[in-house]
Amino acid sequence: MVLKLEHLSKAWHGFALRDVSLDVADGEYFALLGPNGAGKTLLLETIIGFHKPDKGRILLDSKDVTSLPPEKRSLGYVPQNCMLFPHMRVWQNVEFGLRMRGVAEGDRRKTVDRMLMLMGLTSLAEKSPMTLSGGERQKVALARVLVIEPKVVLLDEPLTSIDDESSRVVKDELKRIHRDLNVTVVHVTHNQMEAFSLAQRVAVMNCGQVVQVGTTKSLLSCPADEFVGRFLGYENICKGRLVKSEEGLSFVDVSGLVIRAAGDVEDDECTVGIRPEDVSLHTKPFTSSEANVLRGVVADCVDLGPIVSVSVDTGFKVKATVAKGSFLELNLERGTEVWLSFKFESVRILNKHQPQVG
Amino acid sequence: MAWLKQKSPFIVVSSVLGLVMALFIIVPIFGALTYSTGGLQNALASSVVTNAIFMSFYCALLATLFIFVFGIPFAYVLSKYEFPGKKAVDSLVDLPILIPHNAAGLALLVVLGRAYPIGSFLNSFGITFQDTIFGIVAAMAFVSCPFMIRSAQEAFSAVNPAMERTARSLGATNFKVFVHVTFPLALRGILTGCLLTWARAVAEFGAVVVLAEFPLTAPVLLYNLSSTGGLSVELAVTGLLILLAIVILVIFRIATSKPARPAY
Repeated sequence: MVLKLEHLSKAWHGFALRDVSLDVADGEYFALLGPNGAGKTLLLETIIGFHKPDKGRILLDSKDVTSLPPEKRSLGYVPQNCMLFPHMRVWQNVEFGLRMRGVAEGDRRKTVDRMLMLMGLTSLAEKSPMTLSGGERQKVALARVLVIEPKVVLLDEPLTSIDDESSRVVKDELKRIHRDLNVTVVHVTHNQMEAFSLAQRVAVMNCGQVVQVGTTKSLLSCPADEFVGRFLGYENICKGRLVKSEEGLSFVDVSGLVIRAAGDVEDDECTVGIRPEDVSLHTKPFTSSEANVLRGVVADCVDLGPIVSVSVDTGFKVKATVAKGSFLELNLERGTEVWLSFKFESVRILNKHQPQVG
Repeated sequence: MAWLKQKSPFIVVSSVLGLVMALFIIVPIFGALTYSTGGLQNALASSVVTNAIFMSFYCALLATLFIFVFGIPFAYVLSKYEFPGKKAVDSLVDLPILIPHNAAGLALLVVLGRAYPIGSFLNSFGITFQDTIFGIVAAMAFVSCPFMIRSAQEAFSAVNPAMERTARSLGATNFKVFVHVTFPLALRGILTGCLLTWARAVAEFGAVVVLAEFPLTAPVLLYNLSSTGGLSVELAVTGLLILLAIVILVIFRIATSKPARPAY
């Protein structure tokens, strides 16, 4: 493991990181995902060395760096909004880290020129950061960090402050850099799509704790608890009561309707989660032996561009997402009678909030 | 007047009040210049006058340098770090502006005067403050230091701490961050502080006259002329000082309006 956090705790301005333990493998693209105020940035800044942890250790290549100042940690940090030095040109910005490390001028020139070429920034070398677009600024900030060949690159919300088009360009650039240079990256974001499209593993954070760590597939298929489920898009979350378990299926009573879920339920009282995209809508009576089918009435439709979010009252509210074309074809509107179907496997039993590291 | 009708009443009232303020500054200055024109040539020819003006400018420059060396680190610490008693120390910075300047001169006299312990100790090394350039510089520095410290403090505070932290993560020590990031970014504010400090020091009379009446500085000479030389001589020296101040201000504005590095 190139980066290892052991039981890290840090209180800071009324907020606290609590017992955070993580491992990041050499060459891995790792994402820290969580809502605003989850403690992602505080964790990142503690790893870099801006805050000294109250407890725990930070190991870099098995070496304890907990008490080392930031400049001695061999970490590369790209903060939110890039923080390029406005009084230096692009070339000088990229050169900065090498200069601070006392690299000879000739070597600096070669290395910076090579990095600018690698990042496709040669034509911007003499420009001021103030004249660059958001995407270009991000690329310069990345080049400035990569040039010092850090053991781990730490990115704090790198795509947040740029427009969609630039975001796509930077995302592709991040993928390319990770693939070509095999750098280890820790990427902080509140955007699950961003995390899942880039990272090999994702740690979900909430209230200063790591709630779950896993691959995209494992997180989406088995959210550790209600928080993770809700955060990862399980918009239909209902309290229920276990009626019976039979042939690998759990029968859960939700507001008088019985829903079948694949897998076992540990407690009688439980919470079930269903993603809206796993719910199908039918305007004619529908039956299936492999899926739950509920009858209801359309309560609301929200146009989200290419898709429409349809809220159906079945005795409890269930949200389904429908492609715009299907929505128009089904001619759905408030009050339309519909039948919902969703597979047993798409019903997740969610635990109560319980930190879990894996 | 059509454009006036398009403006909001608030803008119109503000403009009128601002005009009164501008006239309040401009009229006395140009009045003094107008009345001084006749005697300007004589004033320029007088070595007493030119020596006094040189002494004022020279001592003010030394005072500015002194405050720069000690005041900039002080301003940096005040703007970037928290420490016990910071608010009290921060308030002390403004004290030299608040106390009457002749009282400031007296305060310096009881510390640096030959008859007092510290002054006597320094005198034994040949450093005397009463009626010497050292005294003038000390008096000027005392009353004008808040201008430098406050300007620098504001300029340092405007530098985003995230930028300084980024520099640290790239391998810069605290000192290197100051040299390569914080100071260059705060430079314009610091230069403005230098000008304000220097200008305030040039104009200082109260503290200087108590601690070091001689060698003569321009404000002290003006005071002496008011009792011996008559108004016309006094106005001529005043006009000369105003002209020099305008020239220096224009040069400074041109110099600081251009970025230190090629335009980005």
